[in-house]
Amino acid sequence: MRVSFNVNGEDVTADNVWPGESLLYVLRERLGLPGSKNACEQGECGSCTVYFDGVTACSCMIAAGQAEGREVRTVEGLAEEPGKGGDRTLSTVQEAFVEAGAVQCGFCTPGLLVQTDDLIERTVGAGRAAPDDSEIREALAGNLCRCTGYEKIIDAVHLAAERRAAAGSTS
Amino acid sequence: MEFLRPSTLVEALEARSAHPDGVPIMGGTDVMVELNFDKRRPSALIDLTRVPELAEWGVDGDRTRLGAGVPYTRIIEHLSGRAPALAKASRSVASPQIRNRGTVGGNLGGASPAGECHPPLLATDAEIELASVRGTRRVRARDFYLSFRETALRADELITAILLPAPTGPQQFAKIGTRNAMVIAVANFSLALDTENRRVGTGVGSAGPTPFRAEAAEEFLEAEFDWEDGRPLSEAVVTRFGELVAAAARPIDDQRGSAAYRRHTLAVMARRALSWSVTDYRKGSTRCA
Repeated sequence: MRVSFNVNGEDVTADNVWPGESLLYVLRERLGLPGSKNACEQGECGSCTVYFDGVTACSCMIAAGQAEGREVRTVEGLAEEPGKGGDRTLSTVQEAFVEAGAVQCGFCTPGLLVQTDDLIERTVGAGRAAPDDSEIREALAGNLCRCTGYEKIIDAVHLAAERRAAAGSTS
Repeated sequence: MEFLRPSTLVEALEARSAHPDGVPIMGGTDVMVELNFDKRRPSALIDLTRVPELAEWGVDGDRTRLGAGVPYTRIIEHLSGRAPALAKASRSVASPQIRNRGTVGGNLGGASPAGECHPPLLATDAEIELASVRGTRRVRARDFYLSFRETALRADELITAILLPAPTGPQQFAKIGTRNAMVIAVANFSLALDTENRRVGTGVGSAGPTPFRAEAAEEFLEAEFDWEDGRPLSEAVVTRFGELVAAAARPIDDQRGSAAYRRHTLAVMARRALSWSVTDYRKGSTRCA
């Protein structure tokens, strides 16, 4: 079957989609967007997290056909659009992960970036207080990292929240 | 495999009727796992996420009508006052990503004995609305679970809504697992005190082939509870309540815990839920909840 939806601001169409296929498979194998990672395929690890109509979800648990007409934002959509001839600029959350050393093997990173982006936008981005450690741990409870022990990741979220707050509320 | 996208309830019921072997899908948190792992190859997927009636909640007389497709995140945001036990249970489900997608309808349709929704629906005497092209009927939660993963839902029916009575007293939910998030319950428990009718409701999950009520424990507490003033219960009464809840269980040994441990956790959770409820009752906070 054919499935058409919007990814990172662009209208896309995938053909020959098997009706039992996941959105994750369509993104990675049919649309050339391998940023969302495929690990557990059962919602346990969070490495395939995307925004789906504005809320975060595991794309391995969304049937491709359910995406018809919907808006999807993947980790590839977090970075700012490039200026004339320039490279894409990393988002505040991405910069914070790099600076805090929150990345080791990197496999869980795309999911953590999307889920952290959502936490930051729902808190400091919406004019609320920066999340404390327990809020961060709760928000990231569905994203497994087997390398870092999470401490650097939590440092990165605090750093991103600080910078996002300094940049001001947009919503 | 066909992929069906009904956009109204009538279309959805017609699709269900035409495809009794098809599988309805909402949040996909159970169905997609079965597809991804090649455990299920239904003739059709019936996507219910475009049916507006299923995604709404509202007031129905003195009850709350919760559409079967409202995700846990919205239950937590909006129904903590109208359905405290269900909202508490919803908070304990998996992770934010899963709570953004998973629904009570899906929990009921899958009917895992460990599902978080079942104990609150049993304890609060909720009703489940089932619809088909033949009509609509309502089944009390206590009559819904028939045997392991078998429910009163018929092959041509869809779960359309849950009717939640207005709370008239404290409602609690407790769950035991190896961590707070991403856990299938070793056992879970819900307690609801109906102060108007002086009734006690319980619901127990992951401790038998179906979720169930601990009826002897309910009757015991109805007789022992101080409905006038909510005076603290004696330790003997609290202990006995826990024992009666544990005794109602028919647990098995599995990878999540032994039968003996499950009984133990139920006695502990029942005592805790009762203590919290007595505290709530004395505060009177639940009257305005």
